[in-house]
Amino acid sequence: MADRDDTAAAGDLGPVTTLATPIRLDFEFTPGVAQSRFLRGLERGRFIGQRCPKCGMVYVPSRGSCPTDGVPTTEDVELANVGTVTTYCVVNVPFAGQSIEIPYICAQVLLDGANISFMGLIQEIPADQIRMGMRVEAVWVDPDRLTPSLASVRYFRPNGEPDADYESFKEYL
Amino acid sequence: MSAVAGRRTPRPVSIASFAQARNVRRDDEHNEVEMLMPVVAEVFGTIGITKDDIDFICSGSTDYLIGGPFSFVTALDAVGVWPPKSESHVEMDGAWALYEAWVLLQEGEIDAALVYCFGRSSPGNLNEILALQLDPYYVAPLWPDPVSLAALQARALIDAGKATEADFAAIASRSRRDALDNPKAQVANDIPAEKLLEDEYIVSPLRRHALPPITDGVAAIVLAAGDKARQWSKPVWITGLDHRIETHSLGARDLTSSPSTARAAEGAGVSDGPIDVAEIHAPFAHQEIILKEALGLDETVVVNPSGGPLAANPLMSAGLIRIGEAATRISSGRAHRAVAHATSGPCLQQNLVCVLEGE
Repeated sequence: MADRDDTAAAGDLGPVTTLATPIRLDFEFTPGVAQSRFLRGLERGRFIGQRCPKCGMVYVPSRGSCPTDGVPTTEDVELANVGTVTTYCVVNVPFAGQSIEIPYICAQVLLDGANISFMGLIQEIPADQIRMGMRVEAVWVDPDRLTPSLASVRYFRPNGEPDADYESFKEYL
Repeated sequence: MSAVAGRRTPRPVSIASFAQARNVRRDDEHNEVEMLMPVVAEVFGTIGITKDDIDFICSGSTDYLIGGPFSFVTALDAVGVWPPKSESHVEMDGAWALYEAWVLLQEGEIDAALVYCFGRSSPGNLNEILALQLDPYYVAPLWPDPVSLAALQARALIDAGKATEADFAAIASRSRRDALDNPKAQVANDIPAEKLLEDEYIVSPLRRHALPPITDGVAAIVLAAGDKARQWSKPVWITGLDHRIETHSLGARDLTSSPSTARAAEGAGVSDGPIDVAEIHAPFAHQEIILKEALGLDETVVVNPSGGPLAANPLMSAGLIRIGEAATRISSGRAHRAVAHATSGPCLQQNLVCVLEGE
C-alpha cells in the first residue's frame, strides 16, 4: 500500500520542532478624557498635564487619576517646553525596524512643573556627552505636521542652560 | 471517596459591598482607569470606607481585550495604592479574583479585600481574540469564533433531546424582560419567544436572541470578615466557593453537560439547603439549560432576575457581576440563599460556583 510507504517516509523526517501560526489583532484605542487632553495638547505643540487635587502632584500624561491617591485629576496644567534629564541610556544595539542611527540616547525627561518624567529621544549631542541633570528642550515637527501623537515631538536637545542640581530631581529617578 | 470529602466549614466572609458601571455597547469616552474610578468610589462609599480600610486588592482582566500591555497594572491607578498595598491579579473574570481574595481571607491574617474587574469588549474583534484562548497548535490556527463553538454545543444539546430552539428563545425572552428592572442592563426589552423565533440564524441553531451582547463594563466587590463584616453592612455570607476546569480538547468533552460545574457545586455545597435565586453566567441562552442541570436547580429557583449575561456580558466582569447581583438579592431581602456562577473558556470549559446566604 502506497500510504504505508508515505507514512514510513514521514516518520524518517524526525519530530516537528517548529510550527508557525501567524497572529495579528487590530484594536481601536480609547485614550479617555484625560489622555485626550494631553494628545490634543501635542496637536497644538503643548505639553498638558493634570494636577491631583489632594497631593498637588502634576502628572504628564495623566490617565485621569492620581496613582497615589486614587482620585480624579481634573485640573489641567500646561507644562514648560523645557525639562531635565533625570536618567538615560545609550542605545548601541541595532534591531529590526530601527529608525534612528545608533548610538542614540533614550532619556527620562522631567518637564519643568511636572512631578513625573517621561521617555524622550535626545539628539543634537554626541552620545558620550549626555549626563544626568542636563537641561533640554522639546523640538517639535513643523506646525502643519502636528498631530495628536507623541510623534509631534521630534526629540529633545540641550538648551544650553547650566545642569540642574541633583537635589532638584533626585526624587524622580 | 467524594472529591469534596475533606470539605470544611470556611471562615465566614461577607460580600460587604458591590458596584458596577452601567453596561454599554461601547464606552469610547473613558479609558479603563476612568471607567473604574467611579465604581471603586461607589463600592467604598456605600459602606463608608476608604482604600485605607482594605488589606488586599485583587483584580481580574485580560490585556488581550484592549491590546494594551500591562493594562492590569495601570488600572491600579483607579484605586491609588499609597501607602503600598498587597495586590494581585488574575488573567480571568473577576469572579476568580474574588476566589483568590477569599482564599487569602481564609488564612485569617487579613479581614478585608477589594476585588475589581474591567472588561472592555469593544476595542478589538472578539471573534479573533477569543480564538486565541484555544489549543494553539491544532485549533487556534483555524480561528474558530466563539459563536460557532457555542453553536456546536447548542446543536449537540438539541440532538441529545435535551432542548429545543424554542427553549433558547424562551430563556432569551425572559432574561431581557427581567432586565427591564435592571438600570445597569445593556439590552432590555419585552419580546415574546414566538416572535424571537422569527429571527434569522447567526450560526444555526443559534439566532441573534440566543447570543450575548458585546459589552463594555466594570465591577467591584468588597469582601469583609471578622468584625468588619458586621460593622460595614448587613452580612451576605459566602458559605461555599469552588471552581473546576475541564480538558482543553473540545472533542474530548460531552458539550451537553457540565461536569466541572457539577463538581464545583458539590464543593460549594449548593444542595446543602434550598436555593431561592441563581445568577448564572450563561453567555449563550442554551448554556443556561446545561448549567441549571449541573447545579441541580429545580423549577422553583428564580434564574437571572438581573437579566443575566444575555442582558449585559462584559468580558472578565460578567462573572463577578453574577456574584454581586445574587448578593444584592439577599441584602435587599428578596432572597435568603442564592447561588452565583461564573464561567470561562469555550463552551463552559471552566466554572466557578459561589453559595451565598443571608442571616
